[in-house]
Amino acid sequence: MKFSYYPGCTLKTKAKELDAAGRKAAAALGVELEEIENWQCCGAVYPQATDEIATRLSSVRALSAAEEKGQELLTLCSACHHVIKRVNEDMRTNADIRLRANNYLALEKPYTGATNVIHYLEMLRDRVGFDNVKAAVKNPLKGRKIAAYYGCLLLRPSKVMAMDDPENPSILEDFIKAIGATPVIYSQRNECCGGYIALDDKAAAQKRVDAIISGAVAAGADTIVTACPLCMYNLDANATKHVLPVQYFTSLLAEALGIVE
Amino acid sequence: MSGNICTEDILRISGVNPRKCMQCGKCSGTCPNFDEMEYHPHQFVSMVRKGQIDKLAASKSIYKCLSCFACVERCPRNVEPAKLIEAVRLAVIRQQGMDYMRPDDIPALLDDKLPQQAIVSAMRKYRK
Ligand code: SF4
Ligand code: SF4
Repeated sequence: MKFSYYPGCTLKTKAKELDAAGRKAAAALGVELEEIENWQCCGAVYPQATDEIATRLSSVRALSAAEEKGQELLTLCSACHHVIKRVNEDMRTNADIRLRANNYLALEKPYTGATNVIHYLEMLRDRVGFDNVKAAVKNPLKGRKIAAYYGCLLLRPSKVMAMDDPENPSILEDFIKAIGATPVIYSQRNECCGGYIALDDKAAAQKRVDAIISGAVAAGADTIVTACPLCMYNLDANATKHVLPVQYFTSLLAEALGIVE
Repeated sequence: MSGNICTEDILRISGVNPRKCMQCGKCSGTCPNFDEMEYHPHQFVSMVRKGQIDKLAASKSIYKCLSCFACVERCPRNVEPAKLIEAVRLAVIRQQGMDYMRPDDIPALLDDKLPQQAIVSAMRKYRK
């Protein structure tokens, strides 16, 4: 099984572990990740404005590169996934954006939204299968009580992201079960961590994070798990009431697969 | 400063039709940053409909949206209030000298763990 892989800027810097553990675990599961050549930062936030083309182009380049290889485009960071998946939808459904982006890029073959964007978690669920993940686990994380933190970007808007039920998701909980741990359900698992507001209004981010962590702690979690470097940062650096270890889901997967760091 | 932004600009940039809104308030009820806003998501919708762009453009509320899309997901009329907030903010920061955050502001905000993603996001949301 082979995918075009888009790591994104933060996975090359502050979130190296998300990337490294993800690559090793994929290899152990027989999944080949071919990093896209000369990829550019996705911009981290989806351009909601209908009149912005430049901020969509790096996504279109990556999508077109995957199409050339006839591969699905696999993402790992929640923000990259959100941006690229939504820009792909624009290229598929918005004739004006499609025309102007293609006029600008002048690709050999105009890009019209044909590539399928798939998140690493969806790859585990829909391509490998959680049963096969479970079968490959050498070191089940028995006794661990793990709170899944979805945040916003993987789930919403559900019409486009189409990963899971946006109000009662289960993909991360099913993942947690597959690696032998116990998922903990709590109220704020699909509410925002504050995101980029951390830079402009730290107190607002702290308020968000305290609400999330308090819920997870009250439900008995010993760890909270995320797919997003900015969620990781906020849950870790902006928690003021409780401290709860935050881990990337790929780190837990690598640990369960018995991959020695 | 913001007096030159017209309603048509906001409707065009956002692609939103505020007339679809039935003012149920669900968007504001679900907004995680409600407390920090002077004008709340449902008010953005009604005020754009009434053409009160100046008040919105002058308010710090345009920098308080987290782009979490809770209001978009949960609106029963598919109004997409977050797109209106984004459009008003863009109409402001696209003007000369109206950046809300500048690269020079970043070094003072850095810490060891801050991911690149946060800086890229802030530069996309707060400046043009
Ligand atoms: S949820 Fe939708 S219909 Fe209700 S007030 Fe907000 S924008 Fe209007
Ligand atoms: S997208 Fe913005 S306005 Fe809408 S719920 Fe989230 S923070 Fe509130």
